[in-house]
Amino acid sequence: MSLFQILIFSMLTLLAGWLRPRWRAYFVLTGSLLAVYWIQPATPVRHLDFWFPTASIFITILVWATTCQNNPPNVRLALKQAIPIIAIVVLVGLTRYLGTVCCLTATRPPEITQVIAASLLVTIILAIILARFNRSYTALLVLVLLIAVFICLKTESLAKLASAALRRLQGQDMLLASPLDLRWLGFSYLAFRLLHVLRDFQLGKVQGASLGEFTSYALFFPALTAGPIDRSQRFISDLRSETRMSPEILLDGGQRILLGIFKKFVLADSLAIMALSPQNAVQTAPGIWAWVLLYAYSLRIYFDFAGYTDIALGMGRWLGIKLPENFTAPYFKTNLTAFWNSWHITLAQWFRSYFFNPLTRALRTGRISLPVWLIILVGQIGTMLLIGLWHGVTWNFAAWGLWHALGLFVHNRWSDWTRPRMSSLEGYPTMRHLANLGGWFLTFNYVTLGWVWFALPDIGLSLAMFQKLFSF
Amino acid sequence: MSYRQVLRILFKGFGLLAFFILLFSYTNPLPALGRISIYNHIVPGRLRLPYADDPQRAYSLSLFSLDAMFASHQLAAGPKRADEFRVLLIGDSATWGFLLRPEESLSAQMNALGAALPDGRRLRVYNLGYPVMSLSKDLLVLSYAMRYQPDWIVWPVTLESFPYDKQLFPPLVQHNPAPMRDLIQRFGLKLDPRDPGFVQPTLFDQSLIGQRRPLADLIRFQLYGILWAATGIDQDIPASNPQRMEDLPNDPAFHDLRPPLEYKDLAFDVLEAGMALAGDTPVLIVNEPMFVSQGAHSDIRYNFYYPRWAYDDYRRLLAEQSARQGWLYLDFWDAIPSDQFTNTAIHMTPAGTRMFARLLVQALIDASAHDK
Repeated sequence: MSLFQILIFSMLTLLAGWLRPRWRAYFVLTGSLLAVYWIQPATPVRHLDFWFPTASIFITILVWATTCQNNPPNVRLALKQAIPIIAIVVLVGLTRYLGTVCCLTATRPPEITQVIAASLLVTIILAIILARFNRSYTALLVLVLLIAVFICLKTESLAKLASAALRRLQGQDMLLASPLDLRWLGFSYLAFRLLHVLRDFQLGKVQGASLGEFTSYALFFPALTAGPIDRSQRFISDLRSETRMSPEILLDGGQRILLGIFKKFVLADSLAIMALSPQNAVQTAPGIWAWVLLYAYSLRIYFDFAGYTDIALGMGRWLGIKLPENFTAPYFKTNLTAFWNSWHITLAQWFRSYFFNPLTRALRTGRISLPVWLIILVGQIGTMLLIGLWHGVTWNFAAWGLWHALGLFVHNRWSDWTRPRMSSLEGYPTMRHLANLGGWFLTFNYVTLGWVWFALPDIGLSLAMFQKLFSF
Repeated sequence: MSYRQVLRILFKGFGLLAFFILLFSYTNPLPALGRISIYNHIVPGRLRLPYADDPQRAYSLSLFSLDAMFASHQLAAGPKRADEFRVLLIGDSATWGFLLRPEESLSAQMNALGAALPDGRRLRVYNLGYPVMSLSKDLLVLSYAMRYQPDWIVWPVTLESFPYDKQLFPPLVQHNPAPMRDLIQRFGLKLDPRDPGFVQPTLFDQSLIGQRRPLADLIRFQLYGILWAATGIDQDIPASNPQRMEDLPNDPAFHDLRPPLEYKDLAFDVLEAGMALAGDTPVLIVNEPMFVSQGAHSDIRYNFYYPRWAYDDYRRLLAEQSARQGWLYLDFWDAIPSDQFTNTAIHMTPAGTRMFARLLVQALIDASAHDK
């Protein structure tokens, strides 16, 4: 989101904050549906900047239809809820005919007949799912579909293939296909919100939200581009609450937005100038300045991410929705486990809930008895590898995940070993202080060194960078 | 908490902002801020004045604040050492070192020769070239540079810097109207102090909001200092560049001037002002080397810049004027082989620059001996 978009959203959100809760909910829904189009950047593949947001909306409807509470389904009621949302999609499609006045989508939307055809198709699928299909199978199917799309978008070679196919469909040059063509803004977060709902449904937790509420949750515009990944039950209870704007909320939200803007547009964007990049990693000389670039990257990525989160939290606050915290001073933590409890908290919790806990539970209760340390190691490697690959299916993101998995494992074993010994430090506050300081130093630098894998595109360059960092 | 308290907070916030905006307009702290620099303190000073077409790749910026530009230069690192024979090199992009790494530029190559004077002082050359061809721009740079106690000034020039229509066009000149006007008046230059190209800031332009871009540039420039320190890069040099034009157009035109060139056609008054500005500091004027084409229509033009008639007239006029005024002048116009030029008729390869550096160092040693 650009600063201009944030300022517009902030102003509208502030005004909407004064509305009655019912009207505020309408604002959140309509605002989110329109914002999805407005935020989406232009793509080289024709009309994709219209189809990506439209697909976000349609997938959301599909997941809602699969997981909604009314069983046996009330098709008429469902369609009644879906039609206003689909109507907004068609209206956005109609902006094609406004000529230069139009400014909602990055480029002109496609022919309206295509939009109407797609909308009709989704409405029919929705009706069929609700009326005929076994919901469990549908949930599994949608889950697999979401993961497949996610993997396709995050894997360079697959994304390139998909881009070539889409280019062919649009009659564009396939040779120019690039993974960067498929910039589907907010999909990573949307997919994980929807996967959470689908998994909960499979585990028997049925959600009772209306389609409007569910769409507001999945596409909530302040959290669309950088999270946090909220829980649907929590979000919808906030959406339904009768919270009214108060001086505390006004000030709290405003402070959070201003702080976020400062973090993102002043600190992060300034640090970005000198932060480690594939370009300067090759050019930098070994030694102290290489460390300066790396530290700049480390701080930049935090301020960038935390800044966006602050803005989302502030806007949410004004709309009566208390989004979960995503960062709680992670760089001040004294061990890696504490770091991961305060860095991208909602993503880490997601993986803990839907991967780490089920996996370790399965390993513990499995037929083969495994030692605890091995269960932890397998769980942590699996979880951190997936967190790494969530950013992109590359060797470097995998290496970043493994780096943290090993760090977490070593910390786990170390803390088990030191716990009884540390109790002897109770009477020595200075020693405890020094131990904490040492822990902070090691944690911060371990995390910062890990960013080498994250910031650079290939293993060779990362290893060369490590060599530069440790050559004096 | 009540809405009244919230309003009070907002009122105080906006009041404070308005105060800063007014204070900024009133005090115009930009020049003073320009002098605050991490260069020469936290990071090494730059080897040449900052100039960049692509800041993100060059780790540098084209600034208009001469204070900030000089504060970032190694020349501002500290007082002159007792054993230093300080030579300031002013001029255009050839002096600055376009398409050359900092350590390959003319000043660096002169320093690399490790020359010393008979009295033991070591030759230390500073690159104050700037990539625009205009004698007025050179004069402006020189007016700032004089505070750094030069022992000698070397001023490589070429004909393209002389026409009057080139004098006030560089953005660096246009964004420094006050010092440039001062020079025009002080030396009675035949330039218009009310030239419409001079940037005239309005009251809004002088406010904090109006100055946000130069202010942001100053901050960005400091941050690029870290990358300069880390990489030693201050210019984006593409892997391949278009070569200088060998086959030339069948066109004898040079600006809107007609043969023969006369004194009044060229800004000799600016050159004269530079000599006056230098005062007791000796100045060596050098007609810089250029590419001499052997291609099509090379009987009409020497290269892309110059028709033969204009360049020949210019050399004659410059030599005559130097002799008349008693200026120390050297003409190296064809001293470097043609294959040592890169993308234009004046930009040289590292090897060509090294040859030129040797000629200049020798000339300086000879001239300083003669000067004694």
